[in-house]
Amino acid sequence: MKIAVCIKQVPTREWQPRLRDDKTWIREADVSYEMNEPDAYALEEALRLREKHGGEVVVCSAGPARVQQVIREALARGADRAIHVEDDSLAAADAFVSAGALASAMADETFDLVLTGLQSDDQGHGQTGVVLAERLGIPHSTIIMEVQIDPSTSSGQAGSLRVKRELEGGWFQWIAMPLPALLTIQSGINQLRYATLKGIMAAKKKEIRKASLPAGLQPSQQIVALAMPARSKQTHLIGGSAGEAAKELVRLLRDEARAL
Amino acid sequence: MILVVAEQRDGTLNRATWEALVAAQALAGADEVAVVIAGSGIDAVAQELAAAGAGDVVVLDDVALKTYTPDAWVIALRAVIEQSAPSHVVFAHTYQTRDFAPALAARLRKPLITDVTAVNGTGASATFTRPMFQGKLAAEVKPAGGGPVFVTIQIGAFRADRLQKGSVASVTKAPVSLDASAIRQTPEAPFQEAKAAVDLSQAPRIVAVGRGIKSQENLPVAEKLAKALGAELAASRPICDNGWLPMERQIGSSGQTVAPKLYVALGISGAIQHLVGMKGSRTIVAINKDADAPIFEVADYGIVGDLFEIAPALVAELEK
Ligand SMILES: Cc1cc2nc3c(=O)[nH]c(=O)nc-3n(C[C@H](O)[C@H](O)[C@H](O)COP(=O)(O)OP(=O)(O)OC[C@H]3O[C@@H](n4cnc5c(N)ncnc54)[C@H](O)[C@@H]3O)c2cc1C
Ligand SMILES: Nc1ncnc2c1ncn2[C@@H]1O[C@H](COP(=O)(O)O)[C@@H](O)[C@H]1O
Repeated sequence: MKIAVCIKQVPTREWQPRLRDDKTWIREADVSYEMNEPDAYALEEALRLREKHGGEVVVCSAGPARVQQVIREALARGADRAIHVEDDSLAAADAFVSAGALASAMADETFDLVLTGLQSDDQGHGQTGVVLAERLGIPHSTIIMEVQIDPSTSSGQAGSLRVKRELEGGWFQWIAMPLPALLTIQSGINQLRYATLKGIMAAKKKEIRKASLPAGLQPSQQIVALAMPARSKQTHLIGGSAGEAAKELVRLLRDEARAL
Repeated sequence: MILVVAEQRDGTLNRATWEALVAAQALAGADEVAVVIAGSGIDAVAQELAAAGAGDVVVLDDVALKTYTPDAWVIALRAVIEQSAPSHVVFAHTYQTRDFAPALAARLRKPLITDVTAVNGTGASATFTRPMFQGKLAAEVKPAGGGPVFVTIQIGAFRADRLQKGSVASVTKAPVSLDASAIRQTPEAPFQEAKAAVDLSQAPRIVAVGRGIKSQENLPVAEKLAKALGAELAASRPICDNGWLPMERQIGSSGQTVAPKLYVALGISGAIQHLVGMKGSRTIVAINKDADAPIFEVADYGIVGDLFEIAPALVAELEK
């Protein structure tokens, strides 16, 4: 099994947004970054599949030099090697450009399985995985909560997959498809492991292949402005010390909202 | 023309389709809206759509469309889109749309703007507002590279009851030419995991805990507050993902939808996938240390502060 995992580097959850002067992107200078959450679950799933079926796990990331941080982290958790499509313009790229960049770097590798997260915590397009499948010419399924692989090859097929897809409101569905295929992984599919000191040391020696951004990728959308979201409701904010605020809230819930 | 892709399962229309239609009307201005729906034996749904008179209905009816697969939907819809050449193709941002719309747009090499909360302007010059950075920011986005532009509409962002109805519209069947061997996914029947032991939809009061609780050891902070309020305990997705509380206590698009008398969100940021499961609650209280957290957009009462100070203070006050 040759498995690719696409990992995006995104601002940490604690990050408080600050905008660049032109208000079309964030001020990157004061951001600290982490691995996109569903991508961490995708990586863990790939590592578990490798433990079961053998093979290798290759991390793929498109972004400026800074994304090496999450690449190293993925290698420390156990991925075998990495591909980094490096270009400063990828920091704010849309899903078509990101998928195009990843597809061109992955094309020669002929992966049996490609895993991505279902959505990025920064731009949140929820598209890149599916677009990548389309560019690689392989079938896909999304919002996956369980992966079963039957590696037996038959009639020119590289094995097959059975995956559990999440539907809305607590419903699920199993879907079968041939390999190679692409899956977008949902958070919570497994329990994450973290890097060990041994893993961190070993990661230093692992290969990161650099690939350049292919020419001719056209953005499909442009951010004209970023802003704080408009509020739809007038929240009654209660101030004061914890004790004072608690007292006032309980009074309001009893007398005004009649919720107690 | 604006083409709306309706969604049905087993002959039942997904109600989010009405919201997509309202968004399409906003986008259309004086232009026309049309609706396309795919499936097999879906005449009743097509009639339901036509009866609203929001636009003529095109039906893609084929046995190969009996159950949803992304490959079949991409092939069937592509033909209609290429034939009717709409300026925009509008969908509700459902899990099904997430599964095939990016492939459809990518195959046609046309822009796809997802999770749209507002439409600014009409026609070719329209821009779209969508959340970024987990709802911390809203982006105004302009499509690039010509139409048709694909747009998916966030659930709940447009009100279905704002639909401008007209006289009964026409229903026509469009031919479908689908080679079964081009469909690579084989789906099985949808199912629910073992029936939830707690039915949170019946709880009059709910205390929901999010990642702000930091660790499983801190859960009693929320449990005590729930007890003092006579409330059930629920959670955001990451709490259940981590196994700190069972999945059946998850609120949101992939968990339960609730509308209690009182919903207290403790250390929950208010991502849209959480909000869709609880924003119908009668009174919403948010306790969060970040004054800009999106949860305050739906809260009636808010306390900006540390839940580890405020929750115990509330318990003390309630026990007085
Ligand atoms: C397809 C899909 C389906 C999803 N389905 C669901 C779903 O059904 N339900 C769901 O909940 N999510 C769902 N999600 C995930 C969702 O997008 C969010 O990631 C999730 O809701 C965030 O959970 P949270 O608010 O607990 O965590 P975070 O977003 O990390 O927020 C934690 C909050 O706690 C606050 N905080 C931290 N410390 C303190 C403190 N000491 N005192 C007070 N406040 C504090 C922070 O300011 C922050 O606002 C889904 C996502 C996708 C893509
Ligand atoms: N620049 C990137 N590098 C690597 N993977 C990416 C990149 N952008 C998106 N992805 C993958 O695509 C998924 C969906 O991203 P998005 O379409 O932005 O919501 C993410 O969870 C990642 O797995």
